[in-house]
Amino acid sequence: MTHPPDTGPAPVLALKGVSKSFGAVRALRDVSLELLPGEVHALAGENGAGKSTLIKTLAGVHRPDAGQVLLDGEPVVFHGPGDARDAGIAVIYQEPTLFPDLSIAENIFMGRQPRRALGRIDHKATRAATAALMRRLGVGLDPDRPARGLSIADQQIVEIAKALSFDARVLIMDEPTAALTGSEVARLFGVVRTLREQGTAVLFISHRLEEIFRICQKVTTLRDGTRIASETLDKMTEDDLVRRMVGRELAELYPERRAQTGDVALGVRRLTREGVFTDVSFEVRRGEIVGLAGLVGAGRTEVARAVFGIDRWDAGEVEVAGRRLPKGAPSAAMAAGLALVPEDRRAQGLVMDLSIERNIGLTGLRTTARAGLMDRGAERSRSLDWAVRLQVKYARIADAVSTLSGGNQQKVVLAKWLATGPKVLIVDEPTRGIDVGTKAEVHRLLAELAADGVAVLMISSDLPEILGMADRVLVMHEGRISAEIPRADATEESVLAAATGRAAA
Amino acid sequence: MTVTTTDDTPVTEVPRSSGTRLVERVFRMRELAVLAVFLVMIAVTQAGNSEFLSEQGIKDLLLNATILVLVATGQSLVVLTRNVDLSVGSTLGISAFAAGTWLHGGGNAVVAVLLAVLLGIGFGLLNGLLVSLGQVPALVVTLGTLYIIRGVDSIWVGARQITAADLPGGFVDFGSGGISAVPWPASIALVVLVVTAYYLRHFGSGRELYALGSNPEAARLAGIPVRRRILTAYTVCGALAGLAGAMYLARFGNVDSGTGNGYELTVVSAVVVGGIAFTGGSGGVYGAALGALLLTSVNSVLPALGVSSVWVLAINGVLLLLAIAVDRIVALRVAAALKKKSAPRRTAMAKEKAGA
Repeated sequence: MTHPPDTGPAPVLALKGVSKSFGAVRALRDVSLELLPGEVHALAGENGAGKSTLIKTLAGVHRPDAGQVLLDGEPVVFHGPGDARDAGIAVIYQEPTLFPDLSIAENIFMGRQPRRALGRIDHKATRAATAALMRRLGVGLDPDRPARGLSIADQQIVEIAKALSFDARVLIMDEPTAALTGSEVARLFGVVRTLREQGTAVLFISHRLEEIFRICQKVTTLRDGTRIASETLDKMTEDDLVRRMVGRELAELYPERRAQTGDVALGVRRLTREGVFTDVSFEVRRGEIVGLAGLVGAGRTEVARAVFGIDRWDAGEVEVAGRRLPKGAPSAAMAAGLALVPEDRRAQGLVMDLSIERNIGLTGLRTTARAGLMDRGAERSRSLDWAVRLQVKYARIADAVSTLSGGNQQKVVLAKWLATGPKVLIVDEPTRGIDVGTKAEVHRLLAELAADGVAVLMISSDLPEILGMADRVLVMHEGRISAEIPRADATEESVLAAATGRAAA
Repeated sequence: MTVTTTDDTPVTEVPRSSGTRLVERVFRMRELAVLAVFLVMIAVTQAGNSEFLSEQGIKDLLLNATILVLVATGQSLVVLTRNVDLSVGSTLGISAFAAGTWLHGGGNAVVAVLLAVLLGIGFGLLNGLLVSLGQVPALVVTLGTLYIIRGVDSIWVGARQITAADLPGGFVDFGSGGISAVPWPASIALVVLVVTAYYLRHFGSGRELYALGSNPEAARLAGIPVRRRILTAYTVCGALAGLAGAMYLARFGNVDSGTGNGYELTVVSAVVVGGIAFTGGSGGVYGAALGALLLTSVNSVLPALGVSSVWVLAINGVLLLLAIAVDRIVALRVAAALKKKSAPRRTAMAKEKAGA
């Protein structure tokens, strides 16, 4: 909590004691941050630590519940992203927002084109200004090329050019490197360095620790919505930083369990989907819970989708209980005893406007039907049975699932899949965004399932959850399995090291 | 995983320009293709029936296309914003009758045209307000106003009819007269077309219509006044439908409560055949006008070739499907070509917006 001496440059943009809550979740608590001109400042923290909320507060998307945003030392209130932009704050999100049909030049200057007489657009000047920006950024993008089909890296360059075009004084980059290759990252960093030298204040978010050390001068670490430290990086090591990020005690207790593992239930061999994941091999045995850890974008969800048959794979094979699955056939996967509880329950796991009964019933349309017609009675009793077993809290089974809390929605998704009596259950982020109590129930449920001989593959970005639940931890890094760590050796440090691509533990 | 061959030093100007040329060529080609189909069709017809391209023949072609070109131009603005206006047929009908009634009562012809345009503006504003404020799909909203306007028209007009005999001679002459083979209404349509095309290309608000249709969310983030632009597009569309109503009256002299019934579908066909993406953001009004010219010419070509005109609708349908198929194939090709030029690794990863 050291304050810079008064001799240094004054911060362009700062947060002072900012708190922000969403419902019962306190995303930010009394967080302060100062961005100085000519400095690249890293924001570090685990998933859910409050990084996104902090960025959105600076970008004018969220307004703080308490505390202040200071621009040049003066408190300001941003009523929307437009206000922040007018104040010279440019934000580059993970996925840039461009107009695919329009040229790069138009994308950069949309709404602010240079004009000629009678308010006509000066196309020539627009193009020239764009070309000048591209030269300044040292890239060879043609101003007339449409944005459609640009790589993420090039799209980010366009966004940066946009920021330059209105002389942004603060540039905020939210995991800009998540989808970039090494050479693209190098180019981006070249641009960031140039901007820094020109006096821009940069806030840089990345999960890749080595990048933070490569490009940043200072780092602010967030954990559970609280600022842990703001310090200069030159005296720190990666291990120091990891310790600041994860250094908490296991808040929740995980169910006591002893794995009784049986035969291989799910075997994945050399599975590859070009450009997404490569050479992924692992197996999950009956009665075992295998954790699949890794950073956002490492390819975990994509592997799960491919195994379940939603996406096709290019090479490799998937076996359930010794039977090979055809590629791209979810119904075959289901028939073989595979169940997938997807990451995004609202969009992929549930039909929000349908009742609890109907949602659970969806996986049983074939089995409960008689002569091809739905048997509403059978569907209802099957759904009721599972809703009760999972202790879903609802008023009536005929209520729409949209009326339930997040935790209970997740239970409905679980019920929907458990009702199929799966041999292998893949759960993708099973407890994201649900309250602590329900979270513990979900954990207990997964432990019970494993005890009953179900093979469970649990994808999670919640490290304590992985460590508390899994018998074995698989770690993915940039589309590959980078480590397989037995329970005894799995620590936050060893998993995070493998996930960030440092020497595998 | 695919690996880029580029190294740290930025590539300067090398492969991209060819990507640009490709895309530009394709878009120009799209309009040229419609023109080519049109010219071939005309040439074949002329070869089979040398009377076809007489002065009167050309005049008829242009006259027939005029009304559709006007309405299609307006519709283009709306479709570019990723919306649609299905009420144009009803607007055309009621405007034509209003103008006719005014003239029948001895009113001034210029005022009659203005009246039709004003009526169109009114309905356009109504549509624009409902669509931009209501957050309801334009398809449904304008289907509603289609029926409402048609209903009001039916109640007001009843079984009445306006015929050429009710109209001042000068107005009817205006509808068919002109400078040699170019009729007055066609000149008006041409002026409207050129002005609209110029506006779309050279004015900020015109470009913003494209932006809006290309990525509505990005448009909002870029500070484009989304509602106002949509309102403008619908208002212009309504105004042109009204103007087309007046032209219809001048051309045919015959209006009743059914005038313009089902016309909206022809208009949308013309726009799509002309290469404006139904999903917004791409295409141009010249294309739409060519589409209109092509579709209306089928009407004249078939009789000239001695083919029964019952085939007109089927042929229009084929043209429409052909246009969409071509667009789809071209879009895929262009996307592949552009991707090859830049993106080595656009993976599904980007979709993840996880984190806090």
